[in-house]
Amino acid sequence: MHIPGDSFRRLKNHLTRVKVVDKATVLNIAKLARIKVSESETENLAGELTNIFDWIEQLNEVNTDNVEPMTSVVAMAMPSRTDEVNDGADAERVLQNAPDRPADAQGNPLAFYVVPKVVE
Amino acid sequence: MTYLIEGETGDWEVVIGLEVHAQIISKAKLFSSAATEFGAEPNSQVSLVDAAMPGMLPVINEVCIEQAVRTGLGLNAKINLHSVFERKNYFYPDLPQGYQISQFLEPIVGEGVITLDMPEGPRDIGVERLHMEQDAGKSLHDQDPKRTFIDLNRSGVALMEIVSKPDLRSPAEAGTYMRKLRAIMRYLGTCDGNMEQGSLRCDANVSVRPVGEKELRTRTEIKNINSVRFVMAAIEYEAERQVKIYEDGGSVVQETRLYDANKGETWNMRSKEEAHDYRYFPDPDLLPVDLTQEFVDEIKASLPELPDAKKQRFVNDFGVAVDDAATLVADKETADYFEAVAESGNAKLAANWIIQELFAVLNKDSLGIAESPVSSDDLGKLVGLIADNTISGRIAKDVFEVMVTEGGDPAQIVENKGLKQITDTGEIEAMIDALINDNPDQTQQYRDGNTKVTGWFVGQIMKATGGKANPQMVNELLKKKLGLG
Amino acid sequence: MNSLTDLTIARSRDGLDKGDFSAVELAEAHIAAVEAARDLNAFITETPELALERAMASDERRAKGAAASAMDGIPIAVKDLYCTDGVATTAGSHILEDFTPPYESTVTQNLKEAGAVMLGKTNMDEFAMGSANITSYHGNVINPWKLDDGKDRVPGGSSGGSAAAVAGHLALGGAGSDTGGSIRQPASFSGIVGMKPTYGRCSRWGMVAFASSLDQAGPMTRTVEDAAIMLQSMVSHDKKDSTSVDQSIPDFAAALTSNIKDLKVGVPKEYRLDGMPGEIETLWQQGIEWLKAAGAEPVEISLPYTKYALPTYYIVAPAEASSNLARYDGVRYGLRVEGDSLDEMYENTRGQGFGAEVRRRIMIGTYVLSAGYYDAYYVKAMKLRTLILQEFQQAFEGVDVMLTPTAPSPAFAIGEKMDDPVQMYLNDVFTVPASLAGLPAISVPGGLSDEGLPLGLHLITKPFDEETLFRVGGVLEEAANFTAQPSYLEGVA
Ligand SMILES: [Mg+2]
Ligand SMILES: [Zn+2]
Repeated sequence: MHIPGDSFRRLKNHLTRVKVVDKATVLNIAKLARIKVSESETENLAGELTNIFDWIEQLNEVNTDNVEPMTSVVAMAMPSRTDEVNDGADAERVLQNAPDRPADAQGNPLAFYVVPKVVE
Repeated sequence: MTYLIEGETGDWEVVIGLEVHAQIISKAKLFSSAATEFGAEPNSQVSLVDAAMPGMLPVINEVCIEQAVRTGLGLNAKINLHSVFERKNYFYPDLPQGYQISQFLEPIVGEGVITLDMPEGPRDIGVERLHMEQDAGKSLHDQDPKRTFIDLNRSGVALMEIVSKPDLRSPAEAGTYMRKLRAIMRYLGTCDGNMEQGSLRCDANVSVRPVGEKELRTRTEIKNINSVRFVMAAIEYEAERQVKIYEDGGSVVQETRLYDANKGETWNMRSKEEAHDYRYFPDPDLLPVDLTQEFVDEIKASLPELPDAKKQRFVNDFGVAVDDAATLVADKETADYFEAVAESGNAKLAANWIIQELFAVLNKDSLGIAESPVSSDDLGKLVGLIADNTISGRIAKDVFEVMVTEGGDPAQIVENKGLKQITDTGEIEAMIDALINDNPDQTQQYRDGNTKVTGWFVGQIMKATGGKANPQMVNELLKKKLGLG
Repeated sequence: MNSLTDLTIARSRDGLDKGDFSAVELAEAHIAAVEAARDLNAFITETPELALERAMASDERRAKGAAASAMDGIPIAVKDLYCTDGVATTAGSHILEDFTPPYESTVTQNLKEAGAVMLGKTNMDEFAMGSANITSYHGNVINPWKLDDGKDRVPGGSSGGSAAAVAGHLALGGAGSDTGGSIRQPASFSGIVGMKPTYGRCSRWGMVAFASSLDQAGPMTRTVEDAAIMLQSMVSHDKKDSTSVDQSIPDFAAALTSNIKDLKVGVPKEYRLDGMPGEIETLWQQGIEWLKAAGAEPVEISLPYTKYALPTYYIVAPAEASSNLARYDGVRYGLRVEGDSLDEMYENTRGQGFGAEVRRRIMIGTYVLSAGYYDAYYVKAMKLRTLILQEFQQAFEGVDVMLTPTAPSPAFAIGEKMDDPVQMYLNDVFTVPASLAGLPAISVPGGLSDEGLPLGLHLITKPFDEETLFRVGGVLEEAANFTAQPSYLEGVA
């Protein structure tokens, strides 16, 4: 299958500038996204992302200088709610799926989520 | 008057900008229908939306939009009819969605101004913007040695972030700015300004520069200061710290710092400076906020009288001194209290009594005006008794004392204790005659031209009447009797 | 009529109404079919008890002459990204393996209230990211369509489990979701009807989000009429979703009049890709002829920005996903993999909880939103999205409906096309433009490939003109007379 509008651009890019996503960039993105990536995966991702962004590069063929970025596909005003309290009064409902809960001295679960100590 | 830090190399100027987070007064949260009340049991005011359960979506609370617009109008700011909610992406356990819904490129309120009453005169401080955003939950670090507990009650509560221009030049100005902003929002009913409960928090951006330098130098940000006093103290410490760094030949590092109120110091929050990249983008779960001018005008028409206008009216209509008027309007309850007392007919007297006598009593016990042991009604009656010469100002203090400690209607107290001013000239004349008769030496001294003796005569009469004589009347009668005689 | 599992929704409704069989009997037949077809791996969670309970309630309603809707008593398969109260919801991910929502999505609630009988939760590409149903933590779904080569084929994705369930006669209808083609492309691969309504027709509340500005629920069925009937019970204006549209809801099935006389059918020339398989081209041409024969007028149109739709999509969708999936952090629900620090806990949880494709897309999305790249990628893509939308709006001034192929190929064998992500992304080349513009679209089985695998034809209409979509879809269906059955059914029947 042929990638639309691609062959000439790809050739040109390879001759001039290929946007390379290197390993350091991958590690930086992974850090931002809080995803642990292994050494070998870093290598693979660098290659894959380079290819993907190389392919995406074709968008630069389009002059969009005077185009407004889309804000929404639905042509409507944003709906709003009235200021009423009718939700959220059930701690167990939001805590029942928690993978970890603190407990009191008797072992009863406390109404908190818990994470490893945040050092501040 | 200018606040400058004296250094070995010369004088330094402080440049301050404040970012204030003000909790919007609303029953429910910004994007969910959970309650916003302070002090609830942990996680008892958390909807599925606030806990960021899969598939949950935000729907905006219309009152929060109104409140933001109302606040913008109160700051004489530009209301943007089109504004956009964006996601500010970062990971933190008290941020369940992994992003905060906030406004970034297009906030709901643009530039405005807050006028400060400084001792050296009024100062206009620019407001850069006001935007709406969600509050985060609360991390409790002290419940367990190894773990942090998370309470999401605050998660999703509506905030206004109000960003000033870097126009403030002293800790005092920063403090006054905070108080004025708080007063305006309390007048508007958009934020209760309660700093202990966290409904008003301040981040201060501080830099210093040698006097005369035009460029801004590197600033540090002191985060989450929770009292006006600490805002001022933190800025003062931080400015001096920065001056010392420069004078020692160093340079200030752009960083986030925290203020330790116990030590009176600021300290660097992060050991390693992690890269912040919030990846803002318009929230695709929401649409832009598009307001009509009509909507804005309606809110504008419903705005209450704000401190500046009220102050002007107190000066113009009541003849209250400018400084006193500024003091009275600093919070709405005091201004309302004053207006009620002023009904008594003598506004200047009312102002004096509130500022001098009542404030002394309130300050002694750290009470707010709402908790005043003397109601505005009773104080108004007291002022009325002074104004119509029923009692003297001197006696009024005694009556006030009784009102504070025991309570009661001032007229009744005057009646019960027989404190009514003696306004019968005949009675006082008789007393003066007797005094002249019994004290020929003093009378002679007076006639020899020693007018200082008048005071002695007045004192004797007042003593004899238990202070109930009208001092002016006593003076006039004395003059008549001694001068003519 | 062979058995209860071979019926359509419309015929089942009639049978239930006439008392030919009960909802319980209908449910039992399908529960048995589901159990017998576990080799397809179409379901992640089977809910037979729940199904029987609902079927019983349905029979009671009907006995009182109070059937809730045309869907009352109809056994359906629900994609596992609809949160279902008390029933595990995984979105095909390890990170949600142990998640049981205490709430019901609006779409499944609507279906439930309409009387539909949920048989279980169907397998899907993890977080709906995929076009072949090979990224699920719960394993690949097998397409019921097989060839003599003995290879297992993909059902398409991401709603591959629902597609396989409907194609394999395990359910009469399936609730799918479509972000860039996730209903239509698997429908094409599986020889069934798949329909995505206008963005905003169905509430997204309670659907595990992939890309908020694109995600839409829709029906997957064996006939166009069934799609119309099922959609009727899925749509609603929902105040809990700010992007749900308050639009009058027509009687979709009533739109199937077969009358498309003088309708203008746009044929976008840019969809004629270089190197497209001849069988796709031939079917497309056939589709044009069928509509012409029914009285419609084909018009060649030009949509020059079409070719940028796919790369645009691969900026927008991952960007939104990277943010939408930030909530899976091991704190409040789902998988948690401990670590020495908070960040380690996050990184371990998300590193192990997400599969490779999800990780890849989160990385792409994080990158295009990050400092220095936002304007070049994200803003650029949103500008292209404006151009693509405008281009559709202009084209619809001259035509009533557009006809294109659904997918550039028939179902491929598991293992093919898997090493190059860009190659995989091309599966959605024909479906993505309508997604970016929020337009309603449907895939209708058109015929078989040279090898004997189903191929779909794809129709797009104006926003909220689902009626025209169903009407033209009905005509195509009638003309195509697609009676071929997946070989899998031979073994079963
Ligand atoms: Mg800030
Ligand atoms: Zn803020």
